[in-house]
Amino acid sequence: MADRAHAETPALRVQFDTAEQQKDASTLGMWIFLITEIMFFGGLFLVYTVYRSIYPGVFAHASSSLNEVIGAINTAVLLCSSFTMVLAVRAAQLGQRKAIVIFLILTLVLGFVFLGVKAYEWNEKFVEHHVPGPTFHFEGLPAGDQGPAQLFFSLYFAMTGLHAFHMVIGAGILMVLIWQAKKGRYSADYMTPVDLGGLYWHFVDIIWIYLFPLLYLIDRHLLK
Amino acid sequence: MITAAAQEREHYLNTSYGIKSWLLTKDHKRIGLLYLATITLFFFLGGAFATLIRIELLTPQGDLVSSDTYNKLFTMHGVIMVFFFLIPSVPATLGNFFMPMMIGARDLAFPKINLLSWYLLVVGGLFTLFAMFAGGVDTGWTFYTPYSTTYSNTWVIATALGIFISGFSSILTGLNFIVTVHRMRAPGMTWFRLPLFVWANYATSLIQVLGTPVLAVTIVLLFCERVFHMGIFDPARGGDPVLFQHLFWFYSHPAVYIMVLPAMGVISELVSVFSRKPVFGYGFVAFSSVAIAVLGFLVWGHHLFVSTQSVYAGMVFSFLSYFVAIPSAIKVFNWTATLYKGSISFATPMLYAFGFVGLFTIGGLTGLFVACLGIDVHVTDTYFVVAHFHYIMVGGTIMAYLGGLHYWWPKMTGRMYPEAWAKLSALVIFLGFNLTFFPQFILGYLGMPRRYHVYPEEFQVLHVLSTAGASVLAVGYVIPMVYFIWSLRYGQVAGANPWGATGLEWKTASPPPLHNFDETPVVTHDAYDYSTVMEEGIEVG
Repeated sequence: MADRAHAETPALRVQFDTAEQQKDASTLGMWIFLITEIMFFGGLFLVYTVYRSIYPGVFAHASSSLNEVIGAINTAVLLCSSFTMVLAVRAAQLGQRKAIVIFLILTLVLGFVFLGVKAYEWNEKFVEHHVPGPTFHFEGLPAGDQGPAQLFFSLYFAMTGLHAFHMVIGAGILMVLIWQAKKGRYSADYMTPVDLGGLYWHFVDIIWIYLFPLLYLIDRHLLK
Repeated sequence: MITAAAQEREHYLNTSYGIKSWLLTKDHKRIGLLYLATITLFFFLGGAFATLIRIELLTPQGDLVSSDTYNKLFTMHGVIMVFFFLIPSVPATLGNFFMPMMIGARDLAFPKINLLSWYLLVVGGLFTLFAMFAGGVDTGWTFYTPYSTTYSNTWVIATALGIFISGFSSILTGLNFIVTVHRMRAPGMTWFRLPLFVWANYATSLIQVLGTPVLAVTIVLLFCERVFHMGIFDPARGGDPVLFQHLFWFYSHPAVYIMVLPAMGVISELVSVFSRKPVFGYGFVAFSSVAIAVLGFLVWGHHLFVSTQSVYAGMVFSFLSYFVAIPSAIKVFNWTATLYKGSISFATPMLYAFGFVGLFTIGGLTGLFVACLGIDVHVTDTYFVVAHFHYIMVGGTIMAYLGGLHYWWPKMTGRMYPEAWAKLSALVIFLGFNLTFFPQFILGYLGMPRRYHVYPEEFQVLHVLSTAGASVLAVGYVIPMVYFIWSLRYGQVAGANPWGATGLEWKTASPPPLHNFDETPVVTHDAYDYSTVMEEGIEVG
């Protein structure tokens, strides 16, 4: 073994010996990054769990004011975007350069649809005075339960807000990928960025898969 | 660093020149030096705050600063020292520089992310410095709610934002280290041939990656609470301020191990080299690092013994806290056993290693005192606790950091430090440290609370002793600063392996070439196999 440092290219950086080693390292790095994201969201899930266990009734009431049909549609939109993302990764693996661009654009469009629907939902909360703050009021609950109801909506905004923030970052990543894919940067031999972008996008989807039932669907049967 | 011999050979310091070649470097060695310069500045800034605190405490009355200013002084001392010196200290400087070399790699897996993490520390530091010069912050480094969210009128948000940003620096360093250890090892460098410094940094990285995001989200919640009054930590709105303490200590207790684990890794290297024996029980020492990382996540509740936590939970956390003593003791016993029948030399790094073992033992054993429910109720929030964690962080981490800096200085710069001055300063630091902090154990046990600048007159003698010790300690810290800089030009030129050590970092020139090794090394022996050094016939001196 007498490996000397070789010339630097995007497909093989100088610190790596082989392209395979580089891809392995990048993939492992992305998975570890996603673990840090789980710990990051995990703090919010913990706070949610604590307060829901203290105020189960109020959380059920507050949750039932969210529109589960819109939430379900948005969930479907996001799942479709994950599907188009998978197709983009597959296109990259097969070296179909045009198909990569098309599927990435589709993913981006679906991501924006999700954010648009989310913006509409947040606006509804402002109209209904369900935004935490001095004007907060939740009809049908006694004065003593207004605080816990506000806690629910604080968590609703914190969790969906942080999720939406990650969607925006994801949209930025997709735009860079589309731009690079258009230039023909990705092929069957070098497609790591598409792969890692896909991992991130799926992660953000999975967070929503947990947020949707925890925020929209809790204990609805108790109130009927 | 300018001699005829060094100029002829190309190494990482002379391949390129100019400010741009440093600020845009992707070389882990240069980034290590950037960290070194940055955290040294923060160390002396944090030290300046400590100086003011100690001067104020010379007399029982508050005659130098007001109560409000005093609150800001100890807060800023804590914030600077914890987040901008101790957390990055060993991993981001020595780890950054030597971990890739020790596993035979050309660089970390992600050099650009490595540079980014330095910039994040600098930007976070600037936010925090801005907060300090704009008026300071007075919540204590722990930012307990509801004081930090509702009542404090100081720069909480700017400081917290600085910590938030520097947290990502820590996360990215950890991520980079984990991937590097997994994917970048040289041929033959198996997991159980890794130097123990690498094991310690790997375990530290696990904590950085798993713990720091929780601190980040806690700061986000603190921000939302303070700005939008969300109510999550506000009892008036149904929230619970103690939840903040749980979230905060879930990171900040493991953070103690971010500070001390890499320091333990340094000591493993030093004890082995300067007794010329393999570390006794290599596997136990390696796994004790991982065990400390894991157990560290299960003990945060011992910071909440008097914070309305149930007695039952307190007992569980107390019990689990005792478990941390096991891997810590394994390390201390194994270092001691390594010395047995060793050929011990008393070079400066070894003096620091001896200092570490003694002081860490005191710090660790008093940790058991405060992990005990009954005693903790008596000494909570007293100088006993202050003395305990300074024995770990200053007596432990800074001792090891300085020991490591002396040990690897010839490799980093190609120059030796002046041995006599170095021995003198090691002695001054050891004496100054004990004179500063030992009286604080007694003060705390007698009932002197922390974070007060007015105290009963009977405590004055011990406070004066402590301040006298701090003055000695300050001198001890300035001497190395001076001779390290002096040695860059006038120090004796160092060979490739001045200590006769076994690590791969010593098998390349001092200072190392740009990509560390002329040829990728192939590892055929276990770590600390000194017979290999003998075979190579390298002069030991």
